[in-house]
Amino acid sequence: MSAILEVGDLKKHFPIRSGVLKRTTGHVYAVDGVSFAIQEGETLGLVGESGCGKSTTGRVLLRLLPATGGSVLFDGLDVMAAPRAALQRLRRDMQIVFQDPYACLNPRRTVKNIIAEPLRIHDIGTEAERKRRVFELLETVGLTVEHAERYPHEFSGGQRQRIGVARALALNPRLIICDEPVSALDVSIQAQMINLLEDLQKELKLTYLFIAHDLSVVKHISDRVAVMYLGKIVEIADSKLLYVKPQHPYTEALLSAVPIPDPRTERKRRRVILEGDVPSPANPPSGCVFHPRCPRMQPDPCTIAMPPLEVVGTAGADQKVACYFPTLYDPAGGSPASA
Amino acid sequence: MAERLLEVTDLSTHFFTYAGEVKAVDGVSFTLDRDETLGIVGESGSGKTVTAMSVMRLIPDPPGRIVGGTIVHKGRDLLAVSKEEMSDIRGNDVAMIFQDPMTSLNPVFKIGDQIAEVIRRHQGKSKRESWKMAVDLLAKVGIPDPEERVNQYPFEYSGGMRQRAMIAMAISCNPDILIADEPTTALDVTIQAQIMDVIREMQAQYHSGVIMITHDLGVVAQMADKVMVMYGGRTLEDGPVDEVYYNAHHPYTWGLLGSLPRLDETEKQRLTPIEGQPPNLLLLPAGCPFSGRCLYEMPVCAGEFPALEMVEPGHGVHCWIPVAEREKIRAGLPQFVHRVPS
Ligand SMILES: Nc1ncnc2c1ncn2[C@@H]1O[C@H](COP(=O)(O)OP(=O)(O)OP(=O)(O)O)[C@@H](O)[C@H]1O
Ligand SMILES: Nc1ncnc2c1ncn2[C@@H]1O[C@H](COP(=O)(O)OP(=O)(O)OP(=O)(O)O)[C@@H](O)[C@H]1O
Ligand SMILES: [Mg+2]
Ligand SMILES: [Mg+2]
Repeated sequence: MSAILEVGDLKKHFPIRSGVLKRTTGHVYAVDGVSFAIQEGETLGLVGESGCGKSTTGRVLLRLLPATGGSVLFDGLDVMAAPRAALQRLRRDMQIVFQDPYACLNPRRTVKNIIAEPLRIHDIGTEAERKRRVFELLETVGLTVEHAERYPHEFSGGQRQRIGVARALALNPRLIICDEPVSALDVSIQAQMINLLEDLQKELKLTYLFIAHDLSVVKHISDRVAVMYLGKIVEIADSKLLYVKPQHPYTEALLSAVPIPDPRTERKRRRVILEGDVPSPANPPSGCVFHPRCPRMQPDPCTIAMPPLEVVGTAGADQKVACYFPTLYDPAGGSPASA
Repeated sequence: MAERLLEVTDLSTHFFTYAGEVKAVDGVSFTLDRDETLGIVGESGSGKTVTAMSVMRLIPDPPGRIVGGTIVHKGRDLLAVSKEEMSDIRGNDVAMIFQDPMTSLNPVFKIGDQIAEVIRRHQGKSKRESWKMAVDLLAKVGIPDPEERVNQYPFEYSGGMRQRAMIAMAISCNPDILIADEPTTALDVTIQAQIMDVIREMQAQYHSGVIMITHDLGVVAQMADKVMVMYGGRTLEDGPVDEVYYNAHHPYTWGLLGSLPRLDETEKQRLTPIEGQPPNLLLLPAGCPFSGRCLYEMPVCAGEFPALEMVEPGHGVHCWIPVAEREKIRAGLPQFVHRVPS
């Protein structure tokens, strides 16, 4: 396996403008120094609470938004510096599926036209070939050819999400960024979608960056999970390891806050309840971004500098944490912090 | 025996729309005792909110109407009381917190004024007293610096703080029954955990009965003593949580449990989703609303809704499949491999 995507110190700061002259008076530090790599064929989950910068990360990766800094390599190719033609090519290889399928499907176009659009933009195939491809894609995502001539409003939320996936698949991408693809769906439909994404990955050898705030879903679908907080990755690990041996106090709190649909398990759980709210990314705390809510905070060093994301203690190379006081497990075992 | 606070029997609430009659709630029954938490779980459009609004008598008429059943609160028939009495009951005995706090918080008034106003109206306290009570209540639900925050407007609160303010308002009159309609759906999980904690504390202190409406079976497992599973306006299964989670008898409940990825799964297990699409309430069959999606459907299912069958004390199910057959099917489902009744 080799890295299909390598992200280094990625930053996106949105200027805050105010006054009549719309002068920049500050910045929203939406993404602030994010680094990770995704191996070909794997799913990396990106999880974190609302506003922590997950979607912005996805958009900057695709150059749908200009980055403030950092590097993105796709297959070794510099995405940030890619000239127009190369970018065009990259856009075929990297696709995105959004949370709200309705908002991004043109209501006045038929499903056939919606799915064929990327093919037309990239000038691929004849009209007849495109039509055949659309039929094939509809079947791939569990819809039927009868659906081709209908309009988005005639579909349920789950079916619209399938249309979004079909369109993303049209150009045979290698990497798909799934931005909360199941968050708006009912549980039964959500499960259908998760299985579909898993099947497609296997069949088409896709790589996913799977963005969601639901940790149960992210853990289920991902090989590795990155936990974001206020624009930074605070922990990244193999998804099973993350649940069994979380090292960052925020990961522990997040895990323990997710209810498990099993009453006996719930009665046995120890809960870590965080105090307060997430600070504003326009005014992030000094030092470690988590320190104001952290039960382990020590003024020195926690309020002084953000700790680096690195392998700590006896953890293997599969787990990195950004914390001065991470939970350490003895190599023989160690108990899950949230059970 | 704990005091019976609420007894809802055969409740039906329909909406008469231009497109047809929507049987949003159809023959639903449940009870709630003091200190008890009932979870109502079901997917979008299953009738959870309409059930709660019916108990509050807040169904917009037209187009909606409670067309059948009884709602008895501590011996009093809520469907028979006058509008004025009902408004009194809503302030004093039965309170509701809504999914979107902005539906009950007025953006142009200070949080403190809004809570104090409720206290003044329902308890006849003075302006000063009720303001002071508002500050105490905000402290109780965990708002930091309540003396300062009481002077702020809703937009100055975060989502979690607004939900806390709503809870403060709801508990201001010490209600017997607290109905929480997806109180945390819009919130992050760490904030959800805080809010659930507040609700549990309030319940322990005031001994209220809580109705927790949610689509999250995890929240029910964490909070509820018993659970009612709704689908297409009907109750398909209800009972003590352990019964419904480990001894589930309805194929829809099986489907829900199989659809959920579990945080604590150690081996990746493929989900077993419910196939098909959620029902259109205008086109529901006369029988079981789950027919059409049910893997074990029989010819009788779509035609007639099965009567309540008690499989264990307090555990009821509406399903045509014979009980022995159900147990056999369930034993072969992957989602029940580690989910065995004790
Ligand atoms: N175009 C923009 N201009 C200014 N600020 C923005 C813009 N887009 C996003 N932000 C801010 O950047 C931060 C990160 O937003 P982002 O949408 O990436 O978060 P997220 O993790 O995807 O959250 P959610 O779970 O709610 O989708 C937020 O504070 C958001 O308000
Ligand atoms: N004012 C109304 N007019 C017509 N139909 C209505 C009205 N209010 C609710 N309904 C219908 O009643 C049904 C049940 O709705 P309800 O709001 O109780 O669902 P729910 O279970 O709370 O769903 P959700 O999880 O989405 O909140 C829905 O089909 C809805 O469209
Ligand atoms: Mg987002
Ligand atoms: Mg509702």
